[in-house]
Amino acid sequence: MGALRKELLLQWRTRAHAMAAFIFGATSLLLFSFAIGPNAEALRTFSAGFLWLGLLLSSTLTLADSFHAETENRALEGLLLAGADPRSIYYGKAVANWLQLAALGVALTPVMVVLYDAGTTRLPMLLLVILLGTAGISAPGTLYAGMTSQLRARQTLLPLLLFPLIVPVLLAAVKATALTILGDPMRQLESWLFLLVAFNAIYWSLCGLLFGKVVEE
Amino acid sequence: MVNNRFPKLPYVLLLLGIVCLAAGSYLGLFVAPPEHFMGDVQRIMYVHVPTAWNAMLAMTFALVCALLYLFTSDWKWDARMEGGIEVGVLLAFLLCCQGAIWAKPTWGVWWDWDPRLTTTAVLLFAFLGILALRRFVDDPVKRAVWSSVATIIAYVDVPIVYFSVKWWNSLHQAQSSPATVSKSFHLPLRLNAFGILFVMTAFIMLRARIASLRLEQELAPPPVLDGAMGELA
Repeated sequence: MGALRKELLLQWRTRAHAMAAFIFGATSLLLFSFAIGPNAEALRTFSAGFLWLGLLLSSTLTLADSFHAETENRALEGLLLAGADPRSIYYGKAVANWLQLAALGVALTPVMVVLYDAGTTRLPMLLLVILLGTAGISAPGTLYAGMTSQLRARQTLLPLLLFPLIVPVLLAAVKATALTILGDPMRQLESWLFLLVAFNAIYWSLCGLLFGKVVEE
Repeated sequence: MVNNRFPKLPYVLLLLGIVCLAAGSYLGLFVAPPEHFMGDVQRIMYVHVPTAWNAMLAMTFALVCALLYLFTSDWKWDARMEGGIEVGVLLAFLLCCQGAIWAKPTWGVWWDWDPRLTTTAVLLFAFLGILALRRFVDDPVKRAVWSSVATIIAYVDVPIVYFSVKWWNSLHQAQSSPATVSKSFHLPLRLNAFGILFVMTAFIMLRARIASLRLEQELAPPPVLDGAMGELA
């Protein structure tokens, strides 16, 4: 809990970063529409995919920043020497990243609605999908950010390691969002939500176990 | 540290593998009857299916090495993991190429979003990422631990990717069920499977040997600190 408070406080103090991530995401949403052309029907069909790709691209900015405070002055070693449990450091960071990504997703949704005419009245369901999807990005993303933050090539390596891993999250989140926006006549939404829950359950526990190994050496 | 009890073994395996592959390919290309529906195109199965089995085997071997390294911190598992991942990546790449070559005349497209094909591609990129990670970490301890962790995480992802792609794709088209394989196809398939297995084992052994020689050099104490750092290596 203390670790989470520290992370949230840090994020609040560096809110310019969050703003930059949002602007980056919104810009990429704008750019995606140029790939399709001004075809309103196609844009609406692909809106869910664009939203999640924009979110995924800007998530690398958020995640790469998340260990900035620890790598400066080698504060991570200090925290560990002071007796902080690596697991609570990990969960504090992962939950903070999750909340920030979810907020980013919520902020990007109106941009998507305006640009692609992809409105929906099922807002609670959309929020649930955003929460589950961003949790799936955050769990392995925080672990890999912890690894790559100490390297020269962190901007390249983080997406290289993270993107193949979260293919199931991207698939499930895009499908679930599209079903929420475009309607779900065959009641497939539940199975995609189940997939997201299962992915989260596996990676939130596995990455918490492995994070200790990553920082202890 | 370098395991050199059987220095000739990889070369014996390599030779054995090449003999098996030559015999299996001869049988598959010239002796086995053409398949009823697909004709000669189907003959790529004699190399495709064994490649798939062995690619999975190499990745599983890398996972076992990763787990053993994390539990024992023995350097030989790090070297073997590097060999396993590299050979696994090579086989997964070959698998994607063979899949594309088979798909073009059969389905009319180079790429199909079939769950197996897509999972292999995802697996290929996930493990390529781990190899890239290994290149960028200079500290051998961190490199070994991090690539073990990344290997475990990537391996756990494989069944999830498979099922998600399967659900995703089943909305467009029905899965084609694998045709039952007749007896005359068995021998070339098995010969090639063992052939690739032998070649793969030889490659992993040789690659692990290079990796442990490199590690030995990296971990060697600088000449001044000889006595104090001796037990590290």
